[in-house]
Order: sequence, then structure tokens, then C-alpha cells
Amino acid sequence: MTSKEATLHDAIAEFVVDGDVVALEGFTHLIPFAAGHEIIRQHKRELTLVRMTPDIIADQLVGAGCVSKLIFAFMGNSSVGSLYAVRRAIEAGSGSPIEIEEYSHYGLLARYQAGASGIPFMPIRSYAGSALADINPNIKKIPSPFDDESEIYVVPPLNPDVAIIHAQRADRSGNIQSWGILGPQQEVAFAARKTIAIVEEIVDDDVIRSDPNRTIVPGFVVDAVVESKYGAHPSFAQGYYDRDNDFYRSWSAISRDPEALKQWIQEWIHDTEEHAGYLEKLGKGYFEPLTPLPHMSTPVNYGSVR
Amino acid sequence: MISATQTDDTPTSTQATFTASELLTVVSCRLLQGKRRVFAGIGLPTLAVALAQKSSSPDIEQVYESGVCGAHPPRLPETIADASLATGAEAILTMPVLFGYVLQGGWIDVGFLGAAQIDRFGSLNTSVIGPWEEPIVRLPGSGGAVEVMSNSHEVFVVLRRHNRTSFVNELDFCTSPSLRAARLAAPKVPTRGLGVSTVITDLGVLTADDTGELCLSSVHEGVTVEQVQAATGWPLKLMDQITVTKAPTAEELRLLREDIDPTRVYLR
Repeated sequence: MTSKEATLHDAIAEFVVDGDVVALEGFTHLIPFAAGHEIIRQHKRELTLVRMTPDIIADQLVGAGCVSKLIFAFMGNSSVGSLYAVRRAIEAGSGSPIEIEEYSHYGLLARYQAGASGIPFMPIRSYAGSALADINPNIKKIPSPFDDESEIYVVPPLNPDVAIIHAQRADRSGNIQSWGILGPQQEVAFAARKTIAIVEEIVDDDVIRSDPNRTIVPGFVVDAVVESKYGAHPSFAQGYYDRDNDFYRSWSAISRDPEALKQWIQEWIHDTEEHAGYLEKLGKGYFEPLTPLPHMSTPVNYGSVR
Repeated sequence: MISATQTDDTPTSTQATFTASELLTVVSCRLLQGKRRVFAGIGLPTLAVALAQKSSSPDIEQVYESGVCGAHPPRLPETIADASLATGAEAILTMPVLFGYVLQGGWIDVGFLGAAQIDRFGSLNTSVIGPWEEPIVRLPGSGGAVEVMSNSHEVFVVLRRHNRTSFVNELDFCTSPSLRAARLAAPKVPTRGLGVSTVITDLGVLTADDTGELCLSSVHEGVTVEQVQAATGWPLKLMDQITVTKAPTAEELRLLREDIDPTRVYLR
């Protein structure tokens, strides 16, 4: 297969277009921060950001003026704070610079599943009595086609223009392998028209083929594969580096003050050259205390021909 | 004054001091007795399950929203998707399996939820203070709370501050409806379980009656029934018997402080 290897700059420049619906996924684990920063660096505008759990990366993208609409299910900075740039925008009410479209986790996940499956809607056992169904016309109740007694809520497919995911490793053809907490990465990659995968390391085909069950997204779904070590920082990559909890704790103070936020974006994103510049700014040895001790899985035997 | 029935065996004056977090954790832990599989986020619920595992309910299992089942973390996790939850876990499920098969499939006995506002039947608001379109305070939103409410066999709600701001007659926004609200709004949509059965607060415990209405069933030591009623934004009904919460035992406090959360990540 042909190589889909690209630089982060080129992948974002080629596949993320102003006005696109862009999904950045990763459930606390493997959040594609480096890609989000590159979107900011390239001054992308009018994006619809889709993310089940908008966190600091959403705060940065909104704060940098890249986002005109946010589709989400839970916005927050885990248990340590709030997203003040996002909140400032939304709490402006009718004067808000961003539109929001709100779901529950399974509601948005089900939209990815419907989008990935090419079906007109996905039923889920949620939303009876929830005001989310009142404020979101994409949450609808339909009768069961199989009996007169029951009804169910459904959500429509979501097919983002671009999905951006982060994973531990891939080959040059874009076969993506991931482990630990998997999030909605597989669903969103299949749902999107284009998929960019950023990985900690691009490895030889042999490595991927030694454990094919570990592949969460096959290469044919992936349009660009980018090697970007520590590209999920300050989130984490299982087995590679732990979550930078100190950074998460420090975010509220930055985000609360629009000037401080602007300054942070300038200093850490615009003034750094790609992700390598960001890592350089973090400094040598930064990841030492965040590097976990090895905890290897026992290899499985796939067998071979006699 | 309505006098509360003292059921505590030990004299109150000799008890060790404890924080509100420790009390809420211990009370939650005791209420988990006999339960098998708990869906809980990070924070007090995690501590309550950990304490239950080490004391009254060694077989109790916790399922995390990140898909981790049977976690054996070497350190206390900081988020529901902490690396330490994954290492050495019994299973890590994909999201469609977690939401589709585990939650919707009816595998969860008790779901733990928090909220900014709760109403008299246990509907929860985690979305917004003020109108949704013109919010005064934008809150995180549902996350998986709507799914936990719709699919768990019962739901425990932990609220650190029992006051009229949280215990309201009418929610600003009904994110996760009570069983009653769900049935009223959409009677033909399938429901499961009891909805909110129990609310644990810094003043006491509310328990749902046969109609699903949350009624005062116990007060913490030093708290009066009138005090709880005054802190509740609807005319709070009382259970026939109102007990006084049994204070945390020395052993419960030791387990929490020395074994489970020695660096006090959650025991704030």
C-alpha cells in the first residue's frame, strides 16, 4: 500500500478547510492536542467542532477564534476546573460568537455510529422527559415499526468532514493500533469523510501485523498518518506518558482571564514552530516524571502455517 | 420539633471527628450493601465503592464510563479515564459496548450521579442555571448522566451541599429526568428501574417513597429535621421513621484515610 505519512502541518493544511465540521476525539485519553494546536497555528476559521467531551483543547480552539459552532455532550476540565473561554462565549447568550448543539454521551456517540453505518437514524433508550429533546431538534421520538405499544428516541447520522484522532502506533499505510481507554475514535473515523491519525510512533508493518486485533482503524479509512511524539500532551498515551495533571490544574487561571489566554495561545502555539517547537519549549526532561514504568501484556499466539 | 429516632449504638460524645466528605463517603458505602455492580465517576462515589470493597461488600464491582471494568489501580485515579485505571484492569470495553450493552442492556444495579439541581422526584439538572438560550451559568451538560438515569436499576445522588439552590421546586433545565418525569413525558418509551432511589447530602439522606417522591429518611448527627426542611425548596415529606445517621466507625475512617485516599485527593 502507498504511504499516507504526512507532517502535521501538511495534514492539517490539506484536510482541514475553513467552515468544515471537524471532530477531535479522545475520551480523556489520547486527545489530539498537537493537531488542535496546529489548527490554531494555521488560523482555521468558522469550524464546527464536534467533541463528546470538550475540554482544554476546545477552550483553546474557541479562545483562538477557530470555532463558530460546538457539538458536544459534556464540557469541562474534569474535576479541576471550568472552560472559561467556552463559557464566556455561551454565557453571552444571544450575543454569543458560537452556536451550540447539545447531546448526552450516547446521543452523540450514536450519531457517529449512524454516520459510520450509513443508516438514517440510531435509536437509543435515552431522552424520555429530558429537556435536551426540547432544545435539540435532532433528538426525535418515533413509534416502533414492530408494535403499536412502544416509542423510542432516535438521533440522525453525523458525518464530520474530518475526524482527527490520536493513537499509540500505526504503520505507513495508516493501520491504527491503540490500547487502554479507546473512546469514540473508531466510530468517528468511520463516520468522517476524511480521517487524520496522529500517532506516537510509526512502526514497521511487521509490528502491526504481529497483533492485528489491536488495530482499531484499518488503513483504508485513514487519509493521513502523522508521527508526533507526545502529541496528546497534556492528556496521555497509555504506556507512553501519563496525564499532565499539573497542567490541567493550572488551566483555570489561564482560561479565566481573556488576556492571559490570548498570551498563552501566542506564546505556546503561534510562537512555537509546529509540535516540535512546543516540545522544545516544555524543555528537556519534561516527560521524565510522566513516563510510566513498563507493564507489558503477555503476547498471544496467532499461530502460523506448518 | 420532630424528634429523630436515635439508632446509633455508640454514644455520640465519644466519636472521632470526621469531615463532611468522609461522612458522605461512609454513608454512601453503607447504602451500597447488597448491591453488585455500580456505575460511578471519580470522586466520592469511587471512594464509597473502594470502602465497600474493603469492608461490607467485597464482591461489589465498579464500572467506569471510560469502559474500564474490574479496575485494580495502583494509585487513586484522578479522572474516569486515568492511565492507572487501565493498567491491570479486568476489561476495557469500547464505547458502543459500554453504553449499548452494559448500560442499555441493564447490567448496572446502582448508578451514581451528581447535579447542580434536583427536584422532588429526582430529576437532575447538570446543564445550565438560567434559560438554556441565555444562560447565567453554563454547566458541563449531561455527559452520560441521561443514560445512567434511564438504564440503571436505581440511582444514588450525592450532593455535598443541601440548600434551596440545589433542592428546587422547579429545575432550570431537566437534563436527566426522573422515572416519573420520563413516563409522564413519553409513556410509550421503555424505562427501567426506580430512577433516583436515594439522595445523600451533608444534612442527611432522602429516600424515594412508592410514588418516587424523595422523602427525608435520616439526618446526620446534630442536624434537625426542620433544618433539612428549611434547606429544601419543596415541602419535604418525612418517612415514618427518621433515623440519625450512624457516625463513621474508627475502622471506616482508618480504611479511608490510610488505605484508600492517604493523600486526600478526594477527601477534601
